[in-house]
Amino acid sequence: MESQLSRDAAEAAPLAAGGALLPGFDDPVADAQAVFRATLQALSHPGRVIELAARSGVPRGLSPAMAAVLLTLADGDAPLWLPSGVGADVARFLRFHCGCRIMGRPGMAVFAAVPAGFEPPALADCHPGDPAYPDRSATLILEVASLTDGEPLRLAGPGIRDAQILRVAGLPAGFPAQWQENHRRFPLGVDVLLTSGRRLCGLPRTCRMEA
Amino acid sequence: MAETETAPPGADAARRGWMRVLALADAAELDRAYAMLGELPPRQWLRRPETGMAMVRARSGGTGAQFNLGEITVTRCAVALADGVTGVAYVRGRAERHAEQAAMADALMQLPHWRERVRAALIEPLAQAHAARRQARAQDAAHTKVDFFTLVRGED
Repeated sequence: MESQLSRDAAEAAPLAAGGALLPGFDDPVADAQAVFRATLQALSHPGRVIELAARSGVPRGLSPAMAAVLLTLADGDAPLWLPSGVGADVARFLRFHCGCRIMGRPGMAVFAAVPAGFEPPALADCHPGDPAYPDRSATLILEVASLTDGEPLRLAGPGIRDAQILRVAGLPAGFPAQWQENHRRFPLGVDVLLTSGRRLCGLPRTCRMEA
Repeated sequence: MAETETAPPGADAARRGWMRVLALADAAELDRAYAMLGELPPRQWLRRPETGMAMVRARSGGTGAQFNLGEITVTRCAVALADGVTGVAYVRGRAERHAEQAAMADALMQLPHWRERVRAALIEPLAQAHAARRQARAQDAAHTKVDFFTLVRGED
């Protein structure tokens, strides 16, 4: 093997193809726990906007919040779907840090992440779970333009005392109608996490939405 | 995967070769040789050294079904140098320092102006030391070898 080593190494070119890999969380354990906790809070209080404090490397095309949520949730057992055309750097970053498989169809993935500027899949195309195991459904992570201004949405349902007003700009066209259908399928359905910059907001399938 | 497609085919095999030498090196020998490299370029952690378990799968006699032989402790880490070069190491045991030095050496081996220096100071001596250790063990084992033979007993 030693002789092969010296022979082959002579031809070895620098292997840094494409952009450089970025580091994950500054403090992988504490930051992932903090973001996990924030995500739980977001899904327990639909429509409440939560600011994420954890710092991590953010590949071009993702927002800090989306990068943090994916670093926390995606792993080898949770395959991911990304829209085609998302930069190769993003896929490399997620494969390296999360070890997750990246699937070709949203229906095969546990998480579907849609960065800014990409067309999200229809909610009906994501995995809604089995009647026996509704928890096996997919979660859609969707980047929106803003979670502080834009069209007010009135949310109600478990986790909300009376009503929660969520101002969100940049939801895909026809989202409220898709949401009605998604809500109607309960206990099946898709949960949505909206991200914008460092902000995060949860829309579990139990949530009712009125424009 | 992207690297495999763009880099020449020999590059992966060569990198695998030196990563193997670094992973199998004696930690103290690596430490001594590493100290001789002098001033190293600045690095950034992609993944700090972390220790976990890996399942070792084996096949008995080379023909049987694979089974889980047992778990070993593995330490891994990854570093990035300024020009986008990534160094990775997976070493046996709780060996954070060993993993860090192996990852740094892997990254430096990918830089043309460092490669010869690292190979001469680290890779070649460590590969020789490893080969010598293997041979010494093989010789030790050879001493204990027993050749069985049966004398003709003339019974029939």
